[in-house]
Amino acid sequence: MRAASGLSRTGTQGRPKPAERIRQTPISELGIVGAAVGAALTGLRPIVELMYVDFSGLAMDQLVNQAAQNRFMFGGQARVPMVMRTQGGSGRGNAAQHSKSLEAWFAHVAGLKVVMPATPADAKGLLTASIRDDDPVIFLEHKLLYRTKGEVPTGEHVVPLGSADVKRAGKDLTIVSWSREVLFALDAAKQLGSEGIEAEVVDLRTLVPLDKDAVLSSVRKTHRLLVVHEAIKRAGFGAEIASLVAEEAFDDLDAPPRRLAGLETPIPYAQHLEKTVVPQVDDIVRVAKELVA
Amino acid sequence: MDKKTALDLYRVMRRIRDFEERSSALFAEGKVWGTIHSYAGEEAIAVGVCAHLRDDDWITSTHRGHGHCIAKGADLGRMYAELLGRETGYCRGRGGSMHIADTSKGNLGANGIVGGGIPIATGAALTAKQLGTDQVAVSFFGDGAANQGGFHESANLAALWKLPVVYVCEVNQYAESLPVEREFPIKDISKRAEGYGIPGVRVNGLDVREVYKAAGELIARARRGEGPSFLVAEAYRHEGHYYGDPRKYQTKEQIEGWKTKFDPIAEARRWIVDAKLATAAELDAIDADAIEEAKRAVAFAESSPLASPIDLPGDVYAS
Repeated sequence: MRAASGLSRTGTQGRPKPAERIRQTPISELGIVGAAVGAALTGLRPIVELMYVDFSGLAMDQLVNQAAQNRFMFGGQARVPMVMRTQGGSGRGNAAQHSKSLEAWFAHVAGLKVVMPATPADAKGLLTASIRDDDPVIFLEHKLLYRTKGEVPTGEHVVPLGSADVKRAGKDLTIVSWSREVLFALDAAKQLGSEGIEAEVVDLRTLVPLDKDAVLSSVRKTHRLLVVHEAIKRAGFGAEIASLVAEEAFDDLDAPPRRLAGLETPIPYAQHLEKTVVPQVDDIVRVAKELVA
Repeated sequence: MDKKTALDLYRVMRRIRDFEERSSALFAEGKVWGTIHSYAGEEAIAVGVCAHLRDDDWITSTHRGHGHCIAKGADLGRMYAELLGRETGYCRGRGGSMHIADTSKGNLGANGIVGGGIPIATGAALTAKQLGTDQVAVSFFGDGAANQGGFHESANLAALWKLPVVYVCEVNQYAESLPVEREFPIKDISKRAEGYGIPGVRVNGLDVREVYKAAGELIARARRGEGPSFLVAEAYRHEGHYYGDPRKYQTKEQIEGWKTKFDPIAEARRWIVDAKLATAAELDAIDADAIEEAKRAVAFAESSPLASPIDLPGDVYAS
């Protein structure tokens, strides 16, 4: 099932569609997400697409009270193998109601899994794993990643949920990030490298389940942590990572963990304003330098 | 109606009524935790509808869900065990009254969210459609839920895709505490079906014969692939919204008089005896059997071990 959208880039335009397997729907987020929950409970593996994560509020009851909790509430009698795909993030002038990064909402709900790929290969491997997963998965795609290019393995390619990826090795600090900010972090790491600072970039890829070991082992090596995400800082998932490291690797730290994240504001419209509220490459370079100073 | 059908319907209604009376008593004894919502007074609806369903058909239920669960064939012992927080309960003590499900009988769960089951039943019907089976989904909900967006979104979707789902609205006269005349600007809720181009049928939900007949036609229609429909059954909720509800929104006459005035079980006894399908003594024997069965079920629940500790992540995640 897909939300009606020739406008959205998350489909497979131009390819023949098997009859009935892909359904264009009325704009009824609660209804279609709920239908996916019911279909998943009764044996299908539906993928339901919302055009923007900002619209998930309309469907939140079905995601949070139903899909996430059915297995638990029913004492293990049920499973809900569904994927909700949607796009999030800013950078395209779509303003406050089409640009949010809401992963922390979903990560806070017991029963959901939260997946956020940063590269084309990971998008393929993680989506395959999500579809095959027996739990409800929120699959969040940053809208500015649809145009990125990268090698994608042909044929079977599965990236297990809960496996972070060290996208760049380094010894001086660990930058933990996800989604589009991973690309910013890699650009920043390149700049830092030219100045003799070797940053390790850990791409979480999935927030739930969380690959704690990957984060902790990197921090134990570099002794410094910077978490970077586009979502606003207050109660963002970066706080979870910083707390994890503070709780489990405090003695390994040579400096307090730092968070670099979105300002506590809705996303503004104007092109020159939009960039000012979410971390940019230069911001990451600056904070990384402060951290290793 | 033949004798067997009449007595089968009567028997299940009686089992439900006994369950509600007995679970209220267990609540009063402090054995049931949290909250329960009695279905007493509405038995004819669940029973009249579910009589047409197979084990592989699906239902979604409500916070007032004991009746639907029993009508769909649940084991009373496992239901009592759930109320008492036992490992043998349907939800192993994780769900309680408001979340009892029995997926082996196609019961996709009671639901603590008003209207929460409506989109889910619609999705179950989508499964039947996608797989090309003749299974049917029924969503039970109250008058309150007919004002939730999920009802309207689902009715439109089901009509558009001709899904095999029957929406059954149980008008028990109150959305929690709000009287039905203050919930709706129209008198006949079934008229809302017209807006979605599907059949809307209104019946007296106190008469199991009426429910049985109308539901039979609508379910058969769905099974034939002719699409969704909307059944509205008028009844009266004998108890408050929940056990212990002070019921300040009702008059003394409503609280004390209406449960005898509007009682589907007394009504069924009347017409069964009048039509000479059974004697009062035969019906009394059914009642006595229901009591014995319930006593055994409670004994099973009370002798069952307490629910096991929460096991993470397995209780929450399947993989």
